[in-house]
Amino acid sequence: MDYISTTKKQRKEMLQSIGVNSVEDLFKDIPEKLKIKKLNLNNPLSEAELKKTVSDLSKKNANALEYSYFLGAGIYNHFLPSVVPHLALRSEFYTAYTPYQPEVSQGNLQVIYEWQTFISELTGQDLANASVYDGATATADAMIMTKIITKRNKVLVAKSLNPEYKKVLKNYAQANEIEIKEIEYKNGLLSLDELKKELDEKTASVILQNPNFFGCIESLEEIINLIHEKGTLSIVAVSEPVSLGLLKPAGEFDADFVTGEGQSFGIPMSFGGPGVGFYATKQKHVRFVPGRLSGKTTDSDGKEGFILTLQAREQHIRREKAISNICTNQGLMAVIATIHLSLLGKNGLKEMAELNLQKAHYAAEKIKELDGFEIFFGALFFNEFVIKTPGAEKVKEKLLEKKIISGFSLEKEFPELKDCILFCVTEMNSKESIDTLVEVLKEVK
Amino acid sequence: MKLIFEKGAEGRKGVSLPELDVEKKENLIPKALLRKELNLPEVSELDVVRHYTKLSTLNFGVDSGFYPLGSCTMKYNPKINEDMSFLQGFALTHPLQGEELSQGVLELMFELEKALCELSGFERFSLQPAAGAHGELTGVMITKAFFKKKEENRTKLLIADSSHGTNPASCVLCGFETIEVKSDKEGNLDLEDLKEKMQQDVAGLMLTSPNTLGLFDKNTEEICKIVHEKNGLVYCDGANMNAIVGISKPAEQGFDIMHINLHKTFSTPHGGGGPGSGPVGVTKELVEFLPAPLIDKNRKGFYLNYDLENSIGKMRSFFGNFGILVRAFTYIKGLGTSLKEVGENSVLNANYLAVNLKKDFDLPYNRICMHEFVLSDKNFPNQVTTMDLAKRLLDYGFHAPTIYFPLIVHGAIMIEPTETESKETLDEFIEIMKKILKEAEKEPEKLKNAPQNTPVKRLDAVKAARQPDLRWKKQ
Repeated sequence: MDYISTTKKQRKEMLQSIGVNSVEDLFKDIPEKLKIKKLNLNNPLSEAELKKTVSDLSKKNANALEYSYFLGAGIYNHFLPSVVPHLALRSEFYTAYTPYQPEVSQGNLQVIYEWQTFISELTGQDLANASVYDGATATADAMIMTKIITKRNKVLVAKSLNPEYKKVLKNYAQANEIEIKEIEYKNGLLSLDELKKELDEKTASVILQNPNFFGCIESLEEIINLIHEKGTLSIVAVSEPVSLGLLKPAGEFDADFVTGEGQSFGIPMSFGGPGVGFYATKQKHVRFVPGRLSGKTTDSDGKEGFILTLQAREQHIRREKAISNICTNQGLMAVIATIHLSLLGKNGLKEMAELNLQKAHYAAEKIKELDGFEIFFGALFFNEFVIKTPGAEKVKEKLLEKKIISGFSLEKEFPELKDCILFCVTEMNSKESIDTLVEVLKEVK
Repeated sequence: MKLIFEKGAEGRKGVSLPELDVEKKENLIPKALLRKELNLPEVSELDVVRHYTKLSTLNFGVDSGFYPLGSCTMKYNPKINEDMSFLQGFALTHPLQGEELSQGVLELMFELEKALCELSGFERFSLQPAAGAHGELTGVMITKAFFKKKEENRTKLLIADSSHGTNPASCVLCGFETIEVKSDKEGNLDLEDLKEKMQQDVAGLMLTSPNTLGLFDKNTEEICKIVHEKNGLVYCDGANMNAIVGISKPAEQGFDIMHINLHKTFSTPHGGGGPGSGPVGVTKELVEFLPAPLIDKNRKGFYLNYDLENSIGKMRSFFGNFGILVRAFTYIKGLGTSLKEVGENSVLNANYLAVNLKKDFDLPYNRICMHEFVLSDKNFPNQVTTMDLAKRLLDYGFHAPTIYFPLIVHGAIMIEPTETESKETLDEFIEIMKKILKEAEKEPEKLKNAPQNTPVKRLDAVKAARQPDLRWKKQ
């Protein structure tokens, strides 16, 4: 393969025009000894050979068309309507750069504005940004902002936050000299007693997830009120935003920041990336938003249009004084999620959330009836729940024989949850597939 | 154009979901926890198709026309890359499904890392960082961890005065103070200034190579030597790697850490602002600090190796923007050894443009360039500005170059044609640039009122910032 248009004859003409004899003459600034003598890569492949080589690799992986997934834990197997990639892969969207020239980027800028609206509506916040890398970095960004806003450097993190998010927070906190302390859970929910004990006037923010990593629905009102008593800010992460089709959003409980992952909205699981991180907050924190914001304005004829705005927060304008270093974000993924959310709309999102809720409860009830299996936490849940099993490894192996991918084994990240599995049920799991799951589990003793 | 929220009719929806096939249970969630309002659109599938198709036509991408946006490497994005990333065996895989069920995914990542090592000379790469700036942040965190282990308190980092804004922003995010090193008259880093500023409390230097003037710094080896003599680390911002891909290896030039923008050099699409991917490579002595896990191979096959003694931790959830890695892998595998021609032709195209434009425009660093070059606004007649020129280019169906960057060139116009453009396109661009300059002399209002042929005219940025309107609200 190559994608070069210049012919040999043209190359000669161009070299002549430049006034050099050969292409090598263009690289005189690089010392000879630093030039590559031989590149140890494969010979170029034709498109047919290339297609076969890459496709062969893809066949070595389990995937959601061939296996039945009951696995979530931050990445979810949801329905992907055909229309979404057809629209998002219109090349005017996917081969464009960040919309620095708004006059020829109105498509992209309007989609970002619509995305900002969708996320604000869903989270119950005043505003949202154009996207960040993923749910974990969105939450880490918010953590850093709360340090800047409150000038405090202690952050409390719910133990029931997704472990992937916790690892990223830990890393960002180290670099930023933020001290992190974990808050225990009790019966699957954030322990209010522990929170009261740790919360003080030095605490910049408290970070929790809803529904939390165990799928349980937190009492946001009580928690956020408590947090605010100490002048501390609240960050609520949402890793399964389909839940927002039903649940009252954190913004309505006065959360300061709502961050999360939008992969559930029409984005393939793709081994965990790319998804799309979202970041929403209150009007009063508008200067503490990382990355791009699309704003409405008018052109020289008074016609409405969109432009990247409030750029005095950003690195390309403020350099070392910027509040974040982000440049490229997850633009196309926000386009995909926006299109998907439009398709779902008011009625579809609610219906989808209801499907997830009902099917997950059906599965949990059925599993609970089996000998040796129990629902481990008594709390309310959405589409994920923790089951104590006779043996997580045995369950996994048995299910795999029937091409079923088990839930997430919790013991590695939470040693106290031995043989506990976090199962996930979405609209993609039919009653039949749930019944099969239960049948197989029945055989595990 | 109306927003999607302003379209549709009550009761409409654009997706058909499966029927609920289990018995419905009431009151699973108490009313107090249920939302009352959800102001989302009510539109059909065709409504959605028309809306976003129309919006796409208001956008300009590489497929629409020439996109000489400097430092962004807007090359053609091969279609096969997209197809491969959507294969069910990649797109429909879960990151926690286990190594034994993901051997193809892991093999692809392993092979991609090997290819990046071969092209850059580094020992290992982390594929986690999601973009260039995210790679920089990773590199700076590694630098911090390196000195922490050595129990040395180094609080400053050097950056070039021609650096991207992300460089100082990344340093500050990790608590470093930044100090700018000047460029000299030829566009190389000023060695005397560097020597003076490279003190014992400085952790190292971040340098874009080739630099943002589009030049390969003749003193690259010497620069690295000066920093190394004070036991500092040299970070290579690899945004401009396209010029030297297959030609020279940054690790052999003396760099210690580097990020590579897969969405530049390795052709993955920019997506209107991402997703990108910014893998970070390091020399042998820094491997222990890379974000875990790395992908390794043993008798049983490929596996996720978390055994990194001093790993800085995770940069993001899971393993990176895997779908982007598939595209870059497909590109590298397809081109193989002919990647050298990418570097060669990107430099050929840039020099051809530079030589033909400098007759009429000011080229402040007048020497053989790499993959891009920077013109200034010196000699523009009638108070015409770089912004005016950029907007007029839009009228002629070209995307504008990067403007007002780097900061050390007055009214900078940074032009990067990439290797995929044909001579005919370059000739057309030269002709239009000259035509615009003539217009600037004789009919400057044509530039000042530009653009005229675009979906909207020049937008009011001040109004947007003074009265921020960042979302639709139900009336």
